[in-house]
Amino acid sequence: MKLKPPSPGAVFDRVRDTEVWKSIFRPGSIFRRGYKDTSRDRALSTMNNVLYHLHPVKMKRHGLKLTYTFCLGGLSFFLFILLTVTGIFLMFFYRPMAEIGSAQAYTDMQNIRTSVFFGDLVRNLHRWGAHLMVLSVTLHMARVFYTGAYKPPREFNWVVGVVLLFLTLGLSFTGYLLPWDQLAIWAVTVGTSLGGYAPFIAKQANFLLLGGVVVGPETLLRWYVLHVLALPFVLVLFLAVHFWRIRKDGGISGPL
Amino acid sequence: MAREDTPLDQETFDRTLEAELAKGTDRRVAEGRARSAAVRAHRAKSGEGGAPAPAAAAAAPAEPAAPAPAEAPGAAPAAAPAAATATVAAPTREAPAPTGNVPEPKRGAPEKHRLLALVPPEGIQRVEREQGDRINVWPHLLIEEFIALLVLSAGMVIFATFVNAPLRELADPNLTPNPSKAPWYFLGLQELLRYFLPLVAGIVIPTFILIGLAAIPYIDRNPSTKPGDRKLAITLFTMLFMFGATLTIIGSFFRGTGYNWVWPWAQGVFFEL
Repeated sequence: MKLKPPSPGAVFDRVRDTEVWKSIFRPGSIFRRGYKDTSRDRALSTMNNVLYHLHPVKMKRHGLKLTYTFCLGGLSFFLFILLTVTGIFLMFFYRPMAEIGSAQAYTDMQNIRTSVFFGDLVRNLHRWGAHLMVLSVTLHMARVFYTGAYKPPREFNWVVGVVLLFLTLGLSFTGYLLPWDQLAIWAVTVGTSLGGYAPFIAKQANFLLLGGVVVGPETLLRWYVLHVLALPFVLVLFLAVHFWRIRKDGGISGPL
Repeated sequence: MAREDTPLDQETFDRTLEAELAKGTDRRVAEGRARSAAVRAHRAKSGEGGAPAPAAAAAAPAEPAAPAPAEAPGAAPAAAPAAATATVAAPTREAPAPTGNVPEPKRGAPEKHRLLALVPPEGIQRVEREQGDRINVWPHLLIEEFIALLVLSAGMVIFATFVNAPLRELADPNLTPNPSKAPWYFLGLQELLRYFLPLVAGIVIPTFILIGLAAIPYIDRNPSTKPGDRKLAITLFTMLFMFGATLTIIGSFFRGTGYNWVWPWAQGVFFEL
């Protein structure tokens, strides 16, 4: 009798029957054997999924319409993920040091562009992604306004959104300095000089922000820590509240 | 009200219990029914709780429709005054038909506890919500999100492959480029500096915008989301948004050397991302 090797499908079935597989994918997961395209399994696949933190089991049908949300909130979040991933990659090759005469930060930027595998591509993705995120968050705000999605009970989530917009600008602006080229320090000099006109606290605020009276090596270190650690941390906290409130306030707003 | 405190009509209790047991009902169920009848009888006698007879009548038809197992109809009136049963609308919705998916206990498995919570009617919030036209998030929304994600990723990778992010020469604090521009999202503010005092353009207006934005939902108390009902709000927001966009575009493309006015098609673009 000839022994036939099992088909790939049969092997996959057997793998999916193992205890290990079943321990990874909870009941109702679409990756479990026996998933049927029924209402019950569709509901279970959301309910027993980590995405249940973000999405309900059911939503209003009109929320699927592309012209209602334009996916702007979701894409902003996706851009944040993309920027985190590319940013971590760049952190491996970048030191925030800018001593006069040997600006390590700038040398590292040149190395990322020339010697690091995919360094240029990842840096481009990070930079363009950052600009795009400022744009998409702003447009998301406009969309929420035009659909009246800030009305009760969603008032506070709008406020959280404004904080998120502010944090996004802060992240983009602190990242702008890091290449330590002419574009970076002069854009930051001009940008921070706007804040130099604050009454009473101008000097103190500027000193706190720059770590000196002008943009220098201390500013670079300070903004680097803000950019890679402090601001993302705060942003994630507000994101968590933002997403949680969407669910608690009844999911997608509308229909109009 | 605790179960022990409920006054009973002992005679009715004994009679009903005997009758139920004679019918071959399970002892626990029979006790429950007897207790319920006894409580009602007691209320009817003492005349407490306004209209005891309708209350009993309201409780009685509710019994077959109650979704809980057989213990519930007997126990529920004991846990809560019958009068409350009468004021709160009796459940009208039929329990869903059993699916037949009741798991069979394994042979030889230890007997499990089955717990039944007793909920007084006043503890039940009946949420009546229009179910509306709802769809499952999986697959409809998740597939849409996934496609959006793929399109954006592909677009970004293609763009980032062919368009390099700028990297100028090493920073030099002694060499101010002309013009010096802030990042594009601050160019609206930089443009404002041309028209207002630095204190106004740099501090007052940004603070006002930020607080004003955050306060929108508390200022606009119009509950409607229909565009037709919100003409004023939409007009104001659109004007502000366009104003900001125009200033940013002017600052980005129409300002050149010395931050003076240029036509981008004539003198070139002095703008970097």
